[in-house]
Amino acid sequence: MPSIGRDDVARLADLARIQLTEEEIARFAGEFDSIMDAVASVSEVASEDVPATSHPIAMTNVFREDVVTETLTQEEALAGAPDAQDGRFAVPQILGEE
Amino acid sequence: MTDSTSTPDMIRRSAAAQAAALAAGETSSEELTRAHLDRIAAVDGDLNAFLHVSEEEALTTAREVDSRRGAGEELHPLAGVPIAVKDVVVTKGQPTTAGSKILEGWVPPYDATLVEKLRAAGLPILGKTNMDEFAMGSSTETSAYGPTRNPWDRDRIPGGSGGGSAAAVGAYEAPLAIGTDTGGSIRQPGAVTGTVGVKPTYGSVSRYGLIAMASSLDQAGPVTRTVEDSALLHELIAGHDLRDSTSLPGPVGPYAEAARRRDVNGLRIGVIEELEGEGFAPEVRARFTESLDQLERAGAEIVRVSCPNFEYALGAYYLIMPSEASSNLAKFDGMRFGLRVIPEDHPTAENVMKATRGAGFGDEVKRRILLGTYALSAGYYDAYYGSAQKVRTLVQRDFAAAFEKVDVLASPTAPTVAFRLGEKIDDPTAMYMNDIATIPANLAGTPGISLPSGLAEDGLPAGIQFLAPARADERLYQVGGALEALLEDSWGGPLLAKAPELAGGAAR
Repeated sequence: MPSIGRDDVARLADLARIQLTEEEIARFAGEFDSIMDAVASVSEVASEDVPATSHPIAMTNVFREDVVTETLTQEEALAGAPDAQDGRFAVPQILGEE
Repeated sequence: MTDSTSTPDMIRRSAAAQAAALAAGETSSEELTRAHLDRIAAVDGDLNAFLHVSEEEALTTAREVDSRRGAGEELHPLAGVPIAVKDVVVTKGQPTTAGSKILEGWVPPYDATLVEKLRAAGLPILGKTNMDEFAMGSSTETSAYGPTRNPWDRDRIPGGSGGGSAAAVGAYEAPLAIGTDTGGSIRQPGAVTGTVGVKPTYGSVSRYGLIAMASSLDQAGPVTRTVEDSALLHELIAGHDLRDSTSLPGPVGPYAEAARRRDVNGLRIGVIEELEGEGFAPEVRARFTESLDQLERAGAEIVRVSCPNFEYALGAYYLIMPSEASSNLAKFDGMRFGLRVIPEDHPTAENVMKATRGAGFGDEVKRRILLGTYALSAGYYDAYYGSAQKVRTLVQRDFAAAFEKVDVLASPTAPTVAFRLGEKIDDPTAMYMNDIATIPANLAGTPGISLPSGLAEDGLPAGIQFLAPARADERLYQVGGALEALLEDSWGGPLLAKAPELAGGAAR
């Protein structure tokens, strides 16, 4: 696998919507290769004929009765919001200038 | 304190014994709850096991239970016995932070299913326990609110991520606590604090209201001082829940009865060859071997089994867990709850999200989100996440083959005793090795228990882990209860009795 440098970490942080300082980018970039080396061994045994497991105990088509149940009130749903207005979540400007 | 002198001693009893004392009228829930609150006030300034103490609410619940008992109502056996809840579990009206700055001051508008069950059974909730941020860590050092200290040695870690819950029961601040276990976060803290912890079969306890790290691995369970107490608490919090689609239908228990059975005659115990040699400290291994000797003398059959793919479990875990975490933690975006940081220039939604997450998440959380984002990215998905999912199948096959030969599997819970605060925090790969023995059960969904095996290096506690097939949690309580009784006979009492006294916030 290719080495992961500062530019790669900066790109990942951008994808994950996390603002990092230059110092953090340098530090995470320094650790990344050794962590990925430690986990890369999984590909040694993951041959074509082995099926993937996504959940430990497989269950399919789990449904409940389609009936009305209790939900949060509007007030409860908004209680922890950083900002609310007119019974809605108030959010910053969504589109940029460009 | 105005009550009789017996109540301070009462907090050292097991939860089952405290429940019996309540039923017999020897004490009241209010007295018992107050005694635990007094203990927290005396020792927690130093230990930092609690992030929030809900004194008023706990006492109100206690008084309600006392009056219902006084009126002759039929109560749950644990009614009136106080409990602490890990801060990753949402509690209506009580702050819940998951150990993160991004949720500082957040008060959930709903209860987790397991909390509803605690409240319905009348257990006063003492407060919320400290943990690694979003349960990401093995030492409770990544908490944004400072580390929890080990009651055995306050310069050492209490394990993680549930170090707060383990330290709280170990220091007699609570007789019962709730933990969550994604890669060992109940069992490893149990091992290094001389307490008991159980990771139930995946789906045994509802995940509704748990702040998710890795949804396919997370499972809540009991943290206690005795095996029977874990069994009683497991029976209370388990059961099918329509609000968790991975919740298991079917009966719960009988766990407490199994814990009291004290019979291992003919039980086949498999020692996992891959989890006892290299990397495990000599005295930790010695206590493990002595524990097995005790069980063998009691009639159990000890055999060696090989689980060759466990070697790849750590790698698979550190791909699957960050991948799921990077997705689960996307909801912390500064829009609907928690922190919002508004940057001075261009405060668009995207920039607010970035600034909020940059300021609100700690190093380990950022590290795992970045790793997960990488593992799931185009071009690497098959090599990393895809391969890890295949390893998961291989680990399950190893378990299936082993359980054809034996009833339960055994290993030391953690490779070493508690290490010193700060010792591994700057070396992620060294920190990740702490979970080497506990991770396979999370990948396979199988249940596991850790209980004390004795004192090892530096006079600190070590743990032994038993693993059972999915849905066979009962076997853990059977073997755990039997071994606990054998070991306590040989020690002349519980291991925790050997811990240094804590008084007024300092070790005597």
